[in-house]
Amino acid sequence: MLHAADTQSPLLSMEAVDKWYGAFHALKNINLTVRKGEKIVLCGPSGSGKSTLIRCINALEKIEKGTIMVEGTKLDDSGKSIDAVRREVGMVFQSFNLFPHMTILENCTLAPMRVRGTGKAEAEKIARKYLERVRILDQADKFPAQLSGGQQQRVAIARALCMEPKAMLFDEPTSALDPEMVKEVLDTMIGLARDGMTMICVTHEMGFARQVADRVIFMASGEIIEEAPPETFFRNPSHPRTQAFLGEILAHH
Amino acid sequence: MNYVLDFSVVFEKMPDLLMAALATIGLALTGMSLALVIGVIGVAARTSSIRPLRTAVIAFVEVVRNTPFLVQIFFIFFALPMMGIRLNPTITAIIALGLNGGAYAIEIIRGGVDNIQKGQVEAGLALGLHKTQVFRLIVLKPALRAIYPSLTSQFIMLTLTTSVCTSIAAYELTSVAQIIESDTFRSFEVYFAITLMYLVISWMMMGLFALISRHFFSYPVR
Ligand SMILES: Nc1ncnc2c1ncn2[C@@H]1O[C@H](COP(=O)(O)OP(=O)(O)OP(=O)(O)O)[C@@H](O)[C@H]1O
Ligand SMILES: [Mg+2]
Repeated sequence: MLHAADTQSPLLSMEAVDKWYGAFHALKNINLTVRKGEKIVLCGPSGSGKSTLIRCINALEKIEKGTIMVEGTKLDDSGKSIDAVRREVGMVFQSFNLFPHMTILENCTLAPMRVRGTGKAEAEKIARKYLERVRILDQADKFPAQLSGGQQQRVAIARALCMEPKAMLFDEPTSALDPEMVKEVLDTMIGLARDGMTMICVTHEMGFARQVADRVIFMASGEIIEEAPPETFFRNPSHPRTQAFLGEILAHH
Repeated sequence: MNYVLDFSVVFEKMPDLLMAALATIGLALTGMSLALVIGVIGVAARTSSIRPLRTAVIAFVEVVRNTPFLVQIFFIFFALPMMGIRLNPTITAIIALGLNGGAYAIEIIRGGVDNIQKGQVEAGLALGLHKTQVFRLIVLKPALRAIYPSLTSQFIMLTLTTSVCTSIAAYELTSVAQIIESDTFRSFEVYFAITLMYLVISWMMMGLFALISRHFFSYPVR
């Protein structure tokens, strides 16, 4: 554990959450509390609902049952609660999703200026700070297509950080990358974890989970099957589905 | 053949023809601007959550694309005054060109918007932008870039279609040519001349589109 999690205040909670895609039951009775500064790694087989779970947290998907609270705001259908939550929660996607028609700097200043109403000069100052932090400031005036995958993903992280979020969601941030670029992105995430960011990461990078996670959560068929600190999770998984999954993952790596 | 070509009429009337060519360019550019605005707003309305708005856009596109432009322009020119709206031929022509071009632009731009990756929209929403901001700031430009060739060839069509505005006696190249022709009976010479002029106008438009593209759509893509 790199950073002791603040024990009192839950930054984020999901209570008895259910989600359906039409008739398909994608999330089943999800209960999850994340305290300030906590790092959660979410893993599980393909189709188990990992992406769906984190996408519900920032309302990219709607839930049918249960409660999601972020920083004291209860997510409901109102635009106001959705706005409030998205301001506090940053997200990094597998496919980077940088805006191709904007420079790296413009990618980073867009949301602070348009959502927070920050002035241009101030927004650029913030952007430069975070671009520096992900060690890519020298590329600030380039366009996304001129950067490597690893560089683009680091920009995507900086872009999210520019909104100064309280928590960050990562959906398989390294799985679209060439192997030689995985490390630079993971190192950036480790740095972020060290600085105390609250993080929920969907990833199969078990080295990262061991090094950074406070808790590893294993999902299968839309349910949370097992939840444990990484030492226990990897050494002593209790559920047979976890054991099978870990066997497979470790055989691959 | 005892018809003797005589282009002196054309040279004599060249100032009139050039003025009329300018009017044609003006009609085309204003018509295009209106079409572009209608196209963009129409696409936004078509994806809106308000159903009557979506239906209205679909109906508009359906009607305009399946009726002749000549009938549309007559309709606007003769039907509107019956409702008490009186417009001069030039304004009528611009409205007709804008509505007609707009309907085609909606279909073309929609194709571009549909092809923008879902991830772009989600990234914008996740950053806290609203749906309309995402459309305007994130989706629109790459979508326009993707369909730029189709949109500009539609706009060349629109430029040439300005000649139909002759039917309501709008001031433009073809109507002026018709007047010269009926005064001088030099049909071949006059129409030959304006054929060349339309060709030049089209090339100028293409040049303009290329400049615009170089200015707005020069960011690198993979
Ligand atoms: N928009 C959708 N409509 C219908 N079904 C969906 C939709 N999105 C996801 N699903 C289904 O929900 C289930 C969970 O999907 P999800 O993307 O959350 O899985 P995941 O654990 O992230 O998988 P992966 O490791 O492949 O990314 C899958 O069976 C998927 O087919
Ligand atoms: Mg997924």
